[in-house]
Amino acid sequence: MAQTLQDILQENAEAIAKPSRRTVDKVISALADAPVDGIPTFLEDWRDKAIWQRETDGLFFSAVKNGDGLILTDLDSGEETTVADDDGFNQSKPNAGVRRVISSALVQFLLSDPDITRRQAALDAIGRAPSADQLAPLRDSIDGEPEADILARKQQLERQLTAQFDEDPDARIAAIKDLSGNVSVEARGVISQILATRAFVAAKIPENANVAKVLDVGEDLSAQEAYAQLIAAGLAPASVTPDDVKASLIANITDGRVAGFDVATLDTDNARIAAYDALVAAGDAPPFIPEADRTAAIGAHTFYLAYIEPNPEVTAAAEDADKAIGTMLAGGQAIDLTLDALSLASIYFLAAIGLAITFGVMGVINMAHGEFIMMGAYTGYVVQQFVPDYTLSILIALPLAFAVTFAGGVALERLVIRHLYHRPLETLLATFGISIVLQQLAKNIFGTQARPLTSPDWLAGAWVLNDVVQISYIRIAIFVLALLFLGLILFILKRTRLGLEVRAVTQNPGMAASMGINPDKINMMTFGLGSGIAGIAGVAIGLYAKVTSEMGSDYIVQSFMTVVVGGVGNVWGTLAGASLIGFTQKGIEWFNPSNTLAAQTYMILFVILFIQFRPKGIVALKGRAAGD
Amino acid sequence: MKKTFIARNPSALWFLAALAIFTILVTVLSESVGAGIISTSFLKTLGKTLCLCLVAIAMDVVWGYCGILSLGHFAFFGIGGYAIGMWLMYARTEGIVVTSLQSNPLPSTPQEITDAIGTQIFGVVGSSEFPALWAFSQSLPLQLLAVVLVPGLLALVFGWLAFRSRVTGVYLSILTQAMTLALSLYFFQNDTGLRGNNGLSGLQNIPGLEDRSQATVSLWFFWASAAALAMGYILFAYVVSGKFGSVIRAIRDNEARVRFLGYHVEHYKLFVFTITAMVAGIAGALYYPQAGIINPAEIAPIASIYLAVWVAIGGRGRLYGAVIGATVVSLLSSWFTGGSAPNINLGFYEIRWTDWWLVLLGVSFVLVTLFLPKGIGGLFDALVRKPDVDRQGDYGPDKGAWRDEEGAPE
Repeated sequence: MAQTLQDILQENAEAIAKPSRRTVDKVISALADAPVDGIPTFLEDWRDKAIWQRETDGLFFSAVKNGDGLILTDLDSGEETTVADDDGFNQSKPNAGVRRVISSALVQFLLSDPDITRRQAALDAIGRAPSADQLAPLRDSIDGEPEADILARKQQLERQLTAQFDEDPDARIAAIKDLSGNVSVEARGVISQILATRAFVAAKIPENANVAKVLDVGEDLSAQEAYAQLIAAGLAPASVTPDDVKASLIANITDGRVAGFDVATLDTDNARIAAYDALVAAGDAPPFIPEADRTAAIGAHTFYLAYIEPNPEVTAAAEDADKAIGTMLAGGQAIDLTLDALSLASIYFLAAIGLAITFGVMGVINMAHGEFIMMGAYTGYVVQQFVPDYTLSILIALPLAFAVTFAGGVALERLVIRHLYHRPLETLLATFGISIVLQQLAKNIFGTQARPLTSPDWLAGAWVLNDVVQISYIRIAIFVLALLFLGLILFILKRTRLGLEVRAVTQNPGMAASMGINPDKINMMTFGLGSGIAGIAGVAIGLYAKVTSEMGSDYIVQSFMTVVVGGVGNVWGTLAGASLIGFTQKGIEWFNPSNTLAAQTYMILFVILFIQFRPKGIVALKGRAAGD
Repeated sequence: MKKTFIARNPSALWFLAALAIFTILVTVLSESVGAGIISTSFLKTLGKTLCLCLVAIAMDVVWGYCGILSLGHFAFFGIGGYAIGMWLMYARTEGIVVTSLQSNPLPSTPQEITDAIGTQIFGVVGSSEFPALWAFSQSLPLQLLAVVLVPGLLALVFGWLAFRSRVTGVYLSILTQAMTLALSLYFFQNDTGLRGNNGLSGLQNIPGLEDRSQATVSLWFFWASAAALAMGYILFAYVVSGKFGSVIRAIRDNEARVRFLGYHVEHYKLFVFTITAMVAGIAGALYYPQAGIINPAEIAPIASIYLAVWVAIGGRGRLYGAVIGATVVSLLSSWFTGGSAPNINLGFYEIRWTDWWLVLLGVSFVLVTLFLPKGIGGLFDALVRKPDVDRQGDYGPDKGAWRDEEGAPE
C-alpha cells in the first residue's frame, strides 16, 4: 500500500501537534521527500491554524469551526464529517516564526504545483515580498517548468532574487548587470533596495564603511539638520530651541516677573533671550549653545551616507545598473509624454475641427459650438438608454449625433446668424445667448449630475508596452477618429462640388452668386456640417470624459485658441494649432507634473505671446484668400 | 463756439439727478436711519448693483465707444476685489489673533502674531506661510493703491502687446477671453497664495467698525457706491465727449482711416483700455465687501461675457444705456433666481423660474441683438425726438462699428 499524507504526518505527530522552530524543519524535509498529494493544502491549513488532532487516535484533520463544533475534512480523501463539540480535538498552533518557515516551504511546493493558477499565485507572492529563502526553491523549480510564460517569469524573479540575496558576490553582480536597462517597477525596486543608504556622522569615516556619498553641510543638508544628527548620535549636547526658551520662561514666572524681568516686556525675541540668559546664570535652565560652538562641532565631524549593503563591488554594479535604468526610464517617459501630448492634441483637434469650418472658413463666431459638442454627447447617452449593446449604440449614436447637431446648426444659421453676417461681435453675443439657453435646457432635461457614456468593452483597457509606457485604447480611438476627420474634411473641402462652392462663397459671395451658386444654401450647409462634426466629436469626448451640461464650455476657449493659433481658414492650421497647444501643455506639465492648472495657465500665456509674433497663426493664408 | 460740459452732455445731468433722488430715497427707506422698509440684504443688493453699473459703463466706453469687445473687464473687477479683500482679511484676522493670543502667559512677539495670522488665513490650503503676493496686505493705503494699479498695469501690458501687433475685432475678444481664463486658472491654484477655490471670505466685516451694525455699514457702502458711480459717470462722460471722444468713436467705426489721418490709434486705445480697467478695479473693491466673499469663479470668462450682455441689452454707445442694462438684468436676475418670481403652472408642466430664468435671459438676449440693436436705452431716443440721420449703410467698415440701425446722434 502506498504511503499517504496521514502516514507521514503520523511519523512526525509530535512535531506537528506542538510545532516549534526546532522541529519544523524536520517535518518540512520529510514532506518534501514524500511522493504524496495534498501537501500544499496541508501546509496552508497548518499555517492558518486549521489543523486539528483527534485525541482518541491521534489522526490529523483539516477543520473549520462550526459553532461549538467542527467540520472535519479528511486530509487524504477530502471526506467531510461534522462533529458537534470540539472537545477531544486539539488545535495545532504554530507561532509566528514557525508560520514564516511554513510559508516559505509552501512557496517551494506551490512553485511545482500542477495547477497553473497556483504556480502563478506563488510567483506573485514572491514578486510582492521577495526574501532570501525563496531563492533556492525558485531555482529548483525552473527546470521542470513546462509553461513558457511562467518559465520566463520564474527566470526573471530568479535574477531579481539573485541580485538581492545570493551569497556569492560575483553571481549578484552578474544578476545586477542582467537587470540594468530593465524599467519594470520590480527591477527598479530591487536596484534601489541594494542601493539603500543610511546617514551617518563620525569624526573620521571608518575603514570598512561602504560610503555612498560624503555630505557637504550647507549644500546637501542644512546646518540645523547636521546639528540634529550630531545630537542624535550623542556627539554634541542638545541645543535650546526658541520653544524651549519660551517653555522655560513660562515655567519660571513668579508674580508677573521672570528672573527680574517684567513679563509684559518680553514681547521681542531679544528681550526673551536676555531673560533666558538671566535664568541660565541663576542655574534654572540649560545654557544656550552659541552659534560658534555649533559650527565648530559640525566642522569637526564628517557627515556621510553609507550603503546598507557592505560589498562595494555589488553597490558599484548596482549604481551602473541604476544609471542605465535612469536613461531608459527618461527615454520611456519621453515616449509616454509624447503619446499623452498626441492624445491631448487629438482631443483639442476634435473639439476644434467643427470650429475650423464655421469660424475658420466662414468667419462666424459660434459661442454655442461647445453646446453642440454637449448635444452630441447627450445624444450618445440617450441612445445608450434604448440600445443596451454598447458597440451597437456607439455605431448608432455617431450618425445620429451628426444628424441632431446638423439640424441644430442649420436652425441656428437660418434663425440668427444669417442676419448677422459681417457683424462678428454681435454674432458672438447672440450665440452666447444661445449657448446659455442650450446649457440651461440640458440642465432642465438631464439634471446637473454627470451622465455616463459607456465605451464598449473592446475600448476599455490600455495598450501596455512596459511599466512606463502605456496608452488607453480609448485615446488611440480618439486619435484615429481625429485623423479620419482630418481626411474627411480635407476631402469635402478640396475634392467635392460642395467644398468648391463653400470656398467660392467664403472668398467672394457676390462673385459666387453671379456664377450660379446659391450663397444662402451653401452657408447653411457649411454651418450645418461644422456643427454636425462637433456633435460627433461630442460622442468621442463623452466616451472618455463625463457628460454634463457644462462640458461644452470647458472646451470653447481652448477650441477658439486652437483655431486662432493654427491660422484661420485652413484645416491644416487647426491641426498645427491643436498639436502646438497639446504638446506645449504636456511639455509644461512635465516640469511640474502635480499642477495641471499651472500648465494650462502658462499654456494660455504662451498662446497670448505667440499671437504677438504670428498674429495670423501658424499657417497664415496669403494673397487673396487672406481676405485683407 | 464752445459749449459747457453739461450742455454737451444733457444726459449726465439727468442721470446724476436720478441717482441722487434714488440714493436719498433708499436712505430714507433704509433700516439704520430711515423707515426700515428696505431690508439690509436688499440694501446690499442695491449697493452691489450700483457697483455693477459702474463696471458696465467702463465696459460701455471700451466697447460701445472704442469698439474693443473686451472679454476681460470682469477680471479687472475681480482683481480689485481681491486687492481690497486681502487687506480686509489680514486686518480682521489680526484683530482676532491678537485677542486670542492675549490669554498666553507670555506676551507675543511680532513674529508669533504674523505666524498665527498666516496659520489662520492659509490653514484651509494647508499652508501657514505668507506668500509674496501678501507683502503689502497689512497696509490699507498700499492695498487701495493696488486696487487701481494692478488692473491698470495688467491692462497696460496686455493692451500694449495686443494693440501694437494690431490684433482687432474678434481675435482681440478671444485673446482677452484667454487672458481671463488664464487669470482665473491662476487664482484657482493653491500655490498662488490666494486660498485657491476657497477664495477670500468674511469681507463684510470691516476692521475697526466691529461695533457698527451691518445695516449702518451697508448704508455707508451704498453711499460710497453711489458716489463712485456718479464720479465714474462724470469721468467717462468727459472722456467720451469733445475731441477725444470723437477720435475714439472714429476708431470704432474706421480705425484705418483714423490712422491715416495721423492719430496714434494704439495710444488712444491703450488709454481707454487702461483707464476702464482701473475703474473696473475700483468697482470691484466696492462690490466685494458688500458681497462678503470672492472666489476665482467670479472672474471666469463667462462673467465678462455677461458684462458685455448687460451693455448690449441696455444699448451700447450710451453711458446711461449701460447703467440701465446692468440694473435691469442684475435686479431681474436676483428676483428670478431668488425664488420670489411666481411660478407659472401650464397644467402639464410647471415653469419654475429658478430653472428657466437663464433660458429667458438667453432668448431675450438673442432677440435684443436681432431686433433692438439700440437696446433698452434706445427707447429714450423717442423722447428726445431728434430727426433720423439720412445715411446709407453702417458707420464704418470695422467689425465693431455702429450698425446703421444703431445710429442716433448724441
